[in-house]
Amino acid sequence: MLEHYLSLLTKSIFVENMALAFFLGMCSFLAVSKKVETAIGLGAAVVFVLAVCVPLNQLIIVSLLKEGALVWISPEFATVDLSFLSFLVQIGTIAAVVQVVEMAVDRYAPALYNALGVFLPLIAVNCAILGASLFMEQREYNLGEAAVFGLGSGIGWAMAIVALAALREKMRYSNVPEGLRGLGIAFILTGLMAIGFLAFSGIQL
Amino acid sequence: MDKQTKGVLFDPLFNNNPIALQVLGICSALAVTTKLEKAFVMSIALTVVTAFSNLAISLIRNYIPSSIRIIVQLTIIASLVIITDQILKAFVYDVSKQLSVFVGLIITNCIVMGRAEAYAMANKPGISFLDGIGNGLGYSMVLLVIGFIRELFGSGKLFGVEIFKTVNDGGWYPTNGLMVMAPSAFFLIGCMIWIIRVAKPAQMEKE
Repeated sequence: MLEHYLSLLTKSIFVENMALAFFLGMCSFLAVSKKVETAIGLGAAVVFVLAVCVPLNQLIIVSLLKEGALVWISPEFATVDLSFLSFLVQIGTIAAVVQVVEMAVDRYAPALYNALGVFLPLIAVNCAILGASLFMEQREYNLGEAAVFGLGSGIGWAMAIVALAALREKMRYSNVPEGLRGLGIAFILTGLMAIGFLAFSGIQL
Repeated sequence: MDKQTKGVLFDPLFNNNPIALQVLGICSALAVTTKLEKAFVMSIALTVVTAFSNLAISLIRNYIPSSIRIIVQLTIIASLVIITDQILKAFVYDVSKQLSVFVGLIITNCIVMGRAEAYAMANKPGISFLDGIGNGLGYSMVLLVIGFIRELFGSGKLFGVEIFKTVNDGGWYPTNGLMVMAPSAFFLIGCMIWIIRVAKPAQMEKE
């Protein structure tokens, strides 16, 4: 059992890295990777939100939306299938969790709140979060798997953005062709990192 | 067609491309471009969603309290995406299966949100609708170009029809394995941005 979870964790961190294998969360990935410090802050916030949202969405889908899930209200609901609502419900959960996280961080860790600034509310529309939720739904993970998968994808994403930020800080000293500066070279760097991560494919514990 | 309409509709194609210049909606641009057919269906879906979300949000823009506007926008967009997803499942089931989670991810596609927030909240419905179509077309253009290059060189086909006869089928073209894998999309978009910026130096970034 433990082995299964460990294997899922490594798989979601390295092999199926949200940013480098599925291109999720690219907007903030490229926009916030200019400095290592902010990248670490955003990475940590994403890890937290993913680790909370993915299992929460799993619970909601299984116990409210799936066909027959509403039987506990009354047996008449045995054929009710609300799964077409899952997009709406998932994005709602994510937005709500982000809001709660924002308020909690503001109340208990004001320093971190100021450091993260506008990136915290923006996590709601980070496609890595919704993407991981949708993958979880598609692959029909159970609650434990969903929690591990959420945590793993978060760590993988955070690692990738910190690595890219570190590379871009160094890039300041190199002579990049003019048209390629900024966004262009960031894309090519990410591509090279993605090639590096291809080396992990097929690894299983 | 007057000048303003034309500008709103065609500016996003080259002058103000949502992917290359505004850096919006990159996630799906990279992930769905391994085959031209996927890219094509995705482009249509996104253009339709952007246009109609712009229209709907613009219609009620004066009634949305600004403190809850994000959640209102998300709800409208998510409902439109659900409709799109159901239609895709009903009519092109194969492609919808291949697109997997990326149809759902239109919800968080920054182009849709970005245009709703930046344009539809401040402009009349008609022109907002056209702005949605224009930005959808700008996105589609990038998607189709990347999809074209990746499918042609990666598997020697276009829309699944054989163009280059590959070595595996006894032809002459050795397929380029890199093109079907993730990293090539990054390189192609990077180079595309480079070309656009060399052609239009005003878009270059100052350090």
